[in-house]
Order: sequence, then structure tokens, then C-alpha cells
Amino acid sequence: MAAVVFQELETTPGRKTWKRLLRRGGAMFGLGVVAFFIFIAIFAPWLAPHDPLGTSWSAVRAAPSATYLFGADELGRDVLSRIIWGARASILAGVVSVSISLALGVPIGMAAGYLGRWVDALISRITDAMLACPFLILAIALAAFLGPSLTNAMIAIGISATPIFIRLTRAQVLTAKSEDYVEAARALGNPHLRIALRHIFPNIVAPLIVQATLAIAAAVIAEASLSFLGLGQQPPAPSWGSMLNTARNYVDQAPWIAIWPGVSIFLLVLSFNLLGDGLRDALDPRHK
Amino acid sequence: MLNYLLQRLATIIPTLFFVSVLIFTLQQLLPGDPAIALAGEDRDPNVVAYLRAKFHLDEPLPVRYWYWVSGVLQGDLGESVRIQKPVTELILQKLPVTIQLAAMAMVIALLIGITAGVISAVKKDTWWDYGANVFALWGLSTPNFWLGILLILLFAVQLGWLPASGYVSPFEDLKANLAAMIMPAFVLGNAIAAVLMRHTRSAMLQVLSSDYVRTARAKGLDERVVVLKHALRNALIPVITLGALEFGTLLSGAVLTEQVFTIPGFGKLIVDAVFNRDYLVVQGVVLFTATVYITLNLIADLAYFVVNPRMRH
Repeated sequence: MAAVVFQELETTPGRKTWKRLLRRGGAMFGLGVVAFFIFIAIFAPWLAPHDPLGTSWSAVRAAPSATYLFGADELGRDVLSRIIWGARASILAGVVSVSISLALGVPIGMAAGYLGRWVDALISRITDAMLACPFLILAIALAAFLGPSLTNAMIAIGISATPIFIRLTRAQVLTAKSEDYVEAARALGNPHLRIALRHIFPNIVAPLIVQATLAIAAAVIAEASLSFLGLGQQPPAPSWGSMLNTARNYVDQAPWIAIWPGVSIFLLVLSFNLLGDGLRDALDPRHK
Repeated sequence: MLNYLLQRLATIIPTLFFVSVLIFTLQQLLPGDPAIALAGEDRDPNVVAYLRAKFHLDEPLPVRYWYWVSGVLQGDLGESVRIQKPVTELILQKLPVTIQLAAMAMVIALLIGITAGVISAVKKDTWWDYGANVFALWGLSTPNFWLGILLILLFAVQLGWLPASGYVSPFEDLKANLAAMIMPAFVLGNAIAAVLMRHTRSAMLQVLSSDYVRTARAKGLDERVVVLKHALRNALIPVITLGALEFGTLLSGAVLTEQVFTIPGFGKLIVDAVFNRDYLVVQGVVLFTATVYITLNLIADLAYFVVNPRMRH
């Protein structure tokens, strides 16, 4: 009996979550695909069979073959190599823009929830105003005013997604604030900053992780959308969104240019969505 | 009712104020002299002088904001430097096309989303349910511009049933208009159908386990009557109001869909404006969408209030 209790105590919450996550097929599939894309993004120089920027007039719109597994594009560039290199832009955009949203949204949301009163009222109204502008339209406007580039697209997506994190953090802090352990920490005379960072923050991390994973999925689509419109990664650098933009003009002659970038975006976004759903179930067993 | 309405209006005014500040701030992001940047690629000295005078660019920031917002309140969003027409006129000109696209997309989304949601809730934990959930995940994960390209490839290039692009006004030729709009409307409706399916499923599951549905079943009513008449009617209330909030997704999606199918609507207006550096049009479109979104939100809230008597207490 004592051994069972001991073993139970040794199991950390992180390990329990991981065990619950392992039992979810969808989440594991998602994790596998995400890991695969991260791998090809990191090792792109070694994995890509051709130079992603190297044009070849003899291979213009070449159909898939042994030399060009996924075919070649309108300038004779290898589609597979561009897909492999394009993974970098997509993953980078997903991770960097969500990091920007977290870095801005979590402290602001904590301030709103913890300090309350006029700080909360002011932050909530600004958040409402940002949420009133449709996500992609705000991102397009920001990218347009900042100038088209991958960096500016990431900043635009990050800023546009920030209000979601402000709202979530604020709501979580409001719930945690009235818990006994926070009351106890306050009764012991801890300063506000310490209560917020040491007592409240660790207890609101779980929903933030779930939201961040789902937000990466949205950010990957947003980056592809901005690149598709010409506001993200600039040519000739490869990006799945901009590949689809040019593919649109050759859809009747060379459909393979359009298929693979789309499949890649779909798989990566689907995987982040599956992983996010799985994490939500694993971190909160009440949610089914 | 009046109290609630006043309370909601009281929160909308500061929100609209911050929306205007946010959109005004966009101009400040432009590098260098805003008059030169706003004048577009041509940098016509007359346009630069007009912009400098119009936006009082020599005055301090709060004064400039005041001049700008007073113009906006009178419906003056400035003039497009490219097309040389008032921005308000341009928006109103393009709006009907996008409204038609959005309305058709919403009908498709409601038909697919609600049907799939009901089936998945009634047949919970069966292959029907799993199928509907896979459909929802597909809808949420497919970039709609890619889906658009795939549909063009299938229905326009391979089968030749529908036109790949182009727009015909419904007043000129209704049949050609519908043929041109059905693919974009489906593409746009697809993602929203996924969201509506998830909402309908959870609302139906909740309603189906409630006491009055159990009573209806105990009375020996036909299951179809129980599901469609007793359960769905009540489950639809939150679904419809949540559906109104999908307006933002609809407009964001319209930007991409209109680009893929070359439809001269609202979305194409903002994209063209971005590339022509027609910043006043970009600003105007964002301001307009935000205002419409806030208004729709208010209508959805009021509708919820009207149909749900419990909210009145």
C-alpha cells in the first residue's frame, strides 16, 4: 500500500499529462507530423535534392519524375526542394508569431486580471477593439503599413493574435485569484509581483499551452495567406503560400505545383489542431 | 430590455473609440513622411499637398486624430489616391458583391454545419459521429485559397462545368452569376460549416440529455419529432448567435476567396489597395469591417436576449 502511495507521489503532473496524451491516437499523429516537419525544416540543406532557387529552362513545368519527384515549377525549380525549404518559413512564422502574442498577451492579461479596476477596464476595451477587426484583415493592414516581408508578416500575425491571449490570461487569473492558495499567499504578506509570478502563473499555464498550440495552427494558415497575397515571404525565397499564388496561374497545365504546397499546409495545420485538441483533453480530464 | 440595450451601448462607445485610435495609429507605422507615403507610388506633389492639408500633418498627433475622426463621423474616409474617388463610395460600390458571396456562404455553412452537427449528436460515438468530426477538422485545417484552387482544377479545368473565375452581376445574368459564385461560396462556407457543426453538436448533446426531451420521449413521440421539433429548436439559439460571430471569419475568408476567383468585391478592394499603396482605402476598409462587426455583435446579443426569456431576469 505504502509503495503504491509512494509511486503515486512520484508521478509528476507533467508525466501524468504525457501518459494521457500517449493514449490519444489523433494527438500522437499530430505530434509525429509536427516533429517530421520540424526535422525537415532544420535539415533542409541536407534533405533537399536540388537548390530551391536554382532555375532550369529545360525543366519548366516538368511533370513529376525520378529527377523531380514532385515535378518542377514555372521557372524549372524543384517543387520538392521548395516544399522542404518552405517548411522553415511556415514553422518559423507559427512559432515566432505565437511567441510574440504570448510575450505581449500574458503580461497584459495578468495585469488586467490581477490589478482589476481601471487597468482592467482600459485593457478590456482595447482588447474588444482589436477583436472587432477580423484577424486576417488586421494582419493584412498591419503587414501593408509595415511593408511586405516575412518578419513583418510574423509581427502582424503576432499582434493580431494577442487579444485572444489577453482575454484567456485575464479570465484564468480572475478564477485563480479567488483560490485559497492565493489568499494564503496574500495573508503571508507576499508582494503582488511574487503572488502573480510564483503562485498564479504556474496554475494558468495549462490552458495557455493548449491555446498556443491551436494558435500556431492559425498562424501557419495566416502566414500562408499573407504569402499567398504577396505580403509574407518575398520571392524567390520559398514559402508554401507564395508557391500556391503562382500555382494558381498554371493550374490547368501543371497541377502538381498547386497540390503539394497545399497538402503540406493542410497536414501541418491539421497536426497542430489535433495536438492542441489532445493536449486540452490530457491537461483537463474533465473536458471530453 | 431598455436597460440592457443602454448597458450594451455604453460598452460599445469606448470600443469604437479604441477601434478608431487603433486604425488611426496604423498611419503612424508608415516610415518617413506620411504625406509622401500616403501619396502612393506616383508621389504627385499636388496629392502630397492635398494630404498634408487634409490630415493637418503639421499639427500635433491628438489634433490630427481629432480632425481625422470628425471626418470619419461624417462619413468622410478620405479619397483613394489611385482611383481618385471617395473611399466611402468605393466601399459601398464593392459591398453588394461581398454581401452576396457572404450570404451564399452562410446558407451553405448553415445547411452543412447544422445537418452534420445534428447527425453527429444523435449518433454519438458511431462512425457517423467520427465522420462528422473528421469533416470539422478538415474544414478548420484547409486553407480556403487551396480548396479554391482544387475546386477550379476539378470543376473548371477537368470537368468544365463551372467557370474558373470572373464575375457577372445577378441583374445582368442570374444563371451566370450563380455559376460564378457557387464555388467561392462553398469554399468560404466550408470553414464556417466546421465551426457551426461543433457548436451544433455540443448544443444538441446538452439539449438531448435534458428533462423535457426525456419527457417527450416518455410520451412515446416519434424520435424524429423529438430531435427536430423539441431538441433542435432550442439547440439552435446559441448556434445562431455564435454563427453571427463568425462574420469576422467570413470577411477574412472573403479576402482570399475573392482573390482566387477574381471576384471584384470588398476583399479584392483591400488587396488591390495594399499593392497600390492606397493606404486610405486599407484604413477605410478595416474601420468599416470593425464597425459592422461590432453592430452585428450587438444585434446577436439582442436577438439572444429576445429569444431567451431567462436572460431578462
